[in-house]
Amino acid sequence: MKPAPFVHHTPRSVEEAVAILAEVASDDGRVLAGGQSLVPTMAFRLAKPAHLVDINAVAGLDRLAVEGDKLAIGACVRHAAFHRPVVAGPLGRLLAFVVRHIAHYPIRVRGTFCGSLAHADPASEWSLVAATLGAELTAVSARGSRTLAADDFFAGIMTTALAEDELLSEARLPLLADDVRFGFYEFSRRAGDYAIAMTLATFRVADGVIVEPKVGIGGVEGTPRRIFEAERALDGRPPDGAAFRAAAEAAVDVVDPLEDIQAGAAYRRDLVRAVTRRALERAIA
Amino acid sequence: MTGKSDITLTINGRRYPLSVEPRRTLADAIRENCGQTGTHLGCEHGVCGACTVLLDGEPVRSCLMFAVQAEGREIRTVEGLAAGGELHPLQRAFIEHHGLQCGFCTPGFLMLAAGVLEREPDISDADLLDVLSSNLCRCTGYQNIIKAVRAAAAEMRAK
Amino acid sequence: MTAPAKGSATWVGRSIRRLEDPALVAGRGRFTADLPAAHWVRFVRSPLASGRIEKISVPEGAMIITAADLAGVGPIRPILHKFDYVPVAQPVLASGVVRFVGEAVAAVVAASAQAAEDIADEVELKIAEAAHVIDARAALADGATAVHAEARRNVIVEGKFATPDFDTTRAAAHRLVRVEARSRRQNATPLEARGGHAAFDPATGRITLTCSTQMPHLTRTAIADLIGMPEAELRVIAPDVGGGFGQKMSLAPEYVVLVWLAKKLRSSVAWAEDRRENLIAGFHSRDQYVELEGAFDQTGKLVALCADVVANVGAYSCFPTTCGVEPLMAMAELPGPYDVRAYKCRARGVLTHTCPMAPYRGVSRPVITFAIERLMDRAAAEFGIEPTEIRRRNLVDRFPYTSATGLVFDDATYRQTMEIACAAIDVPAFRARQRKARAEGRYIGVGFATFSERTGYGTPAFAARGMEITPGFETVEMAMDPSGFVEARIGASPHGQGLRTTLAQIIADEVGVAPERVRVVHGDTDRTPYGWGTFASRSLVISGGAALLAARKVRAKLVKIAGILLEAAPHDIVLEAGVAKVAGTDRAIPIARLARAAYHQTQLLKGEVEPGIAESAVYDPAGTFSNACHAAIVEVDAETGHVAIERFVVAEDAGRLINPMIVDGQIHGGVAQGIANALLEEIVYDDTGNILTTTLADYLPPTAHEIPPIDIHHLETLSDATITKAKGLGEGGTIGAPAAVVNAINDALSPFGVSIDEIPATPQRIRAALRAATTKQ
Repeated sequence: MKPAPFVHHTPRSVEEAVAILAEVASDDGRVLAGGQSLVPTMAFRLAKPAHLVDINAVAGLDRLAVEGDKLAIGACVRHAAFHRPVVAGPLGRLLAFVVRHIAHYPIRVRGTFCGSLAHADPASEWSLVAATLGAELTAVSARGSRTLAADDFFAGIMTTALAEDELLSEARLPLLADDVRFGFYEFSRRAGDYAIAMTLATFRVADGVIVEPKVGIGGVEGTPRRIFEAERALDGRPPDGAAFRAAAEAAVDVVDPLEDIQAGAAYRRDLVRAVTRRALERAIA
Repeated sequence: MTGKSDITLTINGRRYPLSVEPRRTLADAIRENCGQTGTHLGCEHGVCGACTVLLDGEPVRSCLMFAVQAEGREIRTVEGLAAGGELHPLQRAFIEHHGLQCGFCTPGFLMLAAGVLEREPDISDADLLDVLSSNLCRCTGYQNIIKAVRAAAAEMRAK
Repeated sequence: MTAPAKGSATWVGRSIRRLEDPALVAGRGRFTADLPAAHWVRFVRSPLASGRIEKISVPEGAMIITAADLAGVGPIRPILHKFDYVPVAQPVLASGVVRFVGEAVAAVVAASAQAAEDIADEVELKIAEAAHVIDARAALADGATAVHAEARRNVIVEGKFATPDFDTTRAAAHRLVRVEARSRRQNATPLEARGGHAAFDPATGRITLTCSTQMPHLTRTAIADLIGMPEAELRVIAPDVGGGFGQKMSLAPEYVVLVWLAKKLRSSVAWAEDRRENLIAGFHSRDQYVELEGAFDQTGKLVALCADVVANVGAYSCFPTTCGVEPLMAMAELPGPYDVRAYKCRARGVLTHTCPMAPYRGVSRPVITFAIERLMDRAAAEFGIEPTEIRRRNLVDRFPYTSATGLVFDDATYRQTMEIACAAIDVPAFRARQRKARAEGRYIGVGFATFSERTGYGTPAFAARGMEITPGFETVEMAMDPSGFVEARIGASPHGQGLRTTLAQIIADEVGVAPERVRVVHGDTDRTPYGWGTFASRSLVISGGAALLAARKVRAKLVKIAGILLEAAPHDIVLEAGVAKVAGTDRAIPIARLARAAYHQTQLLKGEVEPGIAESAVYDPAGTFSNACHAAIVEVDAETGHVAIERFVVAEDAGRLINPMIVDGQIHGGVAQGIANALLEEIVYDDTGNILTTTLADYLPPTAHEIPPIDIHHLETLSDATITKAKGLGEGGTIGAPAAVVNAINDALSPFGVSIDEIPATPQRIRAALRAATTKQ
């Protein structure tokens, strides 16, 4: 379990990074950020990239800042940065709550937010956050830069809309208004394991009823996504057990679950029911 | 370069000039190039934590980093835990509370706990359990490891 | 630590800190993979479960060893002389055919581990796929493909047993209760995977194999025999061993290749097994079906027990125990701690195209205890009584007790340990809490498991199995050097359990010096007497017994010398705290001074004592049974199938506790592995025989989060079965926990009318059972 040989590139700027990437991408070049997902696959030699463009020394990619109504997260911002709220209001608390479900402390010290998105494991918590909250993602290449919506970014299991020469340089999450409530619930076998199913829900309560509900489900299908049927079951209804159960059932009905050794489709549906209702309950707890 | 890179690793304050391939993991470099075999390899895919070392004070899996990425960083391993020949409170607590049996996972647990306690000596029991669930031990059933780390934390706070 | 503590006259019985620890906490342990080597080996392994090797394409310039190169090396072919055992041969590298995914087909040799792996990646194996069989029941079916032609219907071993009264007793019974228990496959998963380092010594022509083994002496014998070299030319060293739990007891074929290569290359050659290799090829365990039928009388007394055991043994038979160990132990011990006189059993070991099985902590008993404890709980439900009550009516309570299969239980405390566990749980209070929880839609349950753990058994017990290689005795050679330090060289070989400390305690008491003045030397065939190693909860009992006997001889000699030097009768001499005293006087002499005299002033001994202090002793006991009751309280999340263990109680009787701290550590670790067996760990093959659990993110050893605090209670019944009065307990934790946890799950889910009889009881399995039950309603 020793990685295959590769050429190690250490650009100091984004421009340099994407220039190298343009050169090596077609020769199986990959970006190395935290490496907490990529290096294990290299150890098993499931991945044998010929070039690694190591962005850890690129100036400015560790930027984590509020810009207008968005939280901008640079490509080298580590999971551990979110252990304490990084911004006032519900978003900071949401990220601080979710981050504790990501693997384990030493992994969070190295792994990056954007790296999780680019890796696009169906069980990625940050991918679920990005999909549910509607992140904007900046892809940079030698050809220029473009912004993608999270919906357009996740293309399948460990597949994204990034071209092979593109670097995901930044993700931007919308700040959440002070009265936005959130609930997150994840089911995994052991502490820190990959999610078999998880739900992130946000909504506001106005005049006793739910407004602007968002329900995202991850770990269940090839990509995380919002479940509009569940949101419709919540919209305009009082935030109570009946509404939450209805939303959970709506989600169970529409998901098309992955099957693996930990969970077949029927079991994943069971979990969708449980994690969705529980996430919603946590939102009003 | 697929060829070798000349780098210098700083482990427990000592500098080790090395020539390594980029694919050399930090764990292998520490063990084989620098001869510090107290850092163990239990899985080489980041799950077991036996290879945990401190990188600029933070616990990391040394099997999930390349040696070339650690140049210019301060690396601490179990060999550097005892200061001037005197055991670290964690080392003493592991002996006192029978926090080890075969001892293979022990260096990783010691470095994990050292990194976290030095940063957060007042860590809550619940958070400590979360941290300690990062690494695997096959012998102890964990209870004595938890006891040992709590005892060391209390001692480190008292100082 | 200069004298036993106040209130304790002995070192035995005290929780002294381990002598092993200072080096291990400092990172100064010596593990096999720490050694540098000139050559590193990477094994190329079969990607197919079954097939004929057609071609192995070797990259140009690479050094690759295949079966053809090893023509002079014999296959591993362990023998059992009973139970219709069919010997099958395992070539150290696959020859002609492959029989499981992960079987080593070729060895690549290169200057570094990564270079060897690079070359191994380039090796092309052309294997013509053949029919395969993965499941043991499928392997027994008509028309199933044969894993080895010589084993008809894939049955490699078959034990049959019946008491003469079985049929009549069963026919007269009041009620029959059945259970079909299934244990899925586990891997012992020591945190240090296996590994070896073979080095040629140009001066002597000898090879030194350093390897992570529980059995250095037998490793030497086996490899010397297979390669055809005198044992004297091979030295085997077991350095610090990072856990083994049985997996490192069986001979790794890879070690044979390393020794052969070191001889051929006249150099050093190393292999560090990686985690993936360990999970696919590092021996598996536990894959069994156990069908039980219990016949009960009106009072709930078990009067007859019938068992059918089908053990999947994988593709080959492990050396030295053979794969008969699991099914045959199941047959011998299935009645467990219950008094049942009519018993019938058939136990088969069945070959399949999967990784070979080997003993793993608990060996068979985690599964049979699970089966019979499920049977008892089902019977309790049918009789409408508490699970503890049905056990009260059936546990053996007169001693010595000879079981239906002829095992003799010495003094034990089956009832008492269960009552202690019951009291700790407070069953009536728990039932009240359970009712309240159910009213709130929460499902909590309690489960019990009572069991006996056969430990410390010597040659006769193993001989009864008909093993060609019959383990049993242990030897300890003991010397006191002129400075008064004791060196005990033991044939046993620990793998992390603190044996150096516990043996030092036993010796210290006898010889009158502090444990830190006792150095226990182990794991080196050049330095230690021939011995067996760590397995079957035997090390402390048997090696400890031999250590005690040797220490008594040393003591006798010291007393004699002291008598001469102090001019007193030997029987008036007391040895303690490093000093020999004449009882009732102030005349004393340091023990170190006696040692000096024994070597340097032998003229003082007047020819009455031979010079030097060097003794040896052998111990080979018949064996004994320790016993325990485990109780678990769990909460089952009925929506997700998740099981949380709220409480775990162990009431254990292992006789005299040499070091209570170490004892409790053994129980903690054993219970953790038992909980893993109950809930988490499972090696999964797909239908093609490919293995799906090749990482520690798929195969799931528990973390600190999954293991609860463990509440331990001890009884110390001092039996005469062993001379130290200590019984073994290394495996007990693993034996009781699966049954206790799964019984608790079933108790929690009793309102649903489900019965979970399969381990691990994964959340998915629990949900499937609940879904089926809900659909039925």
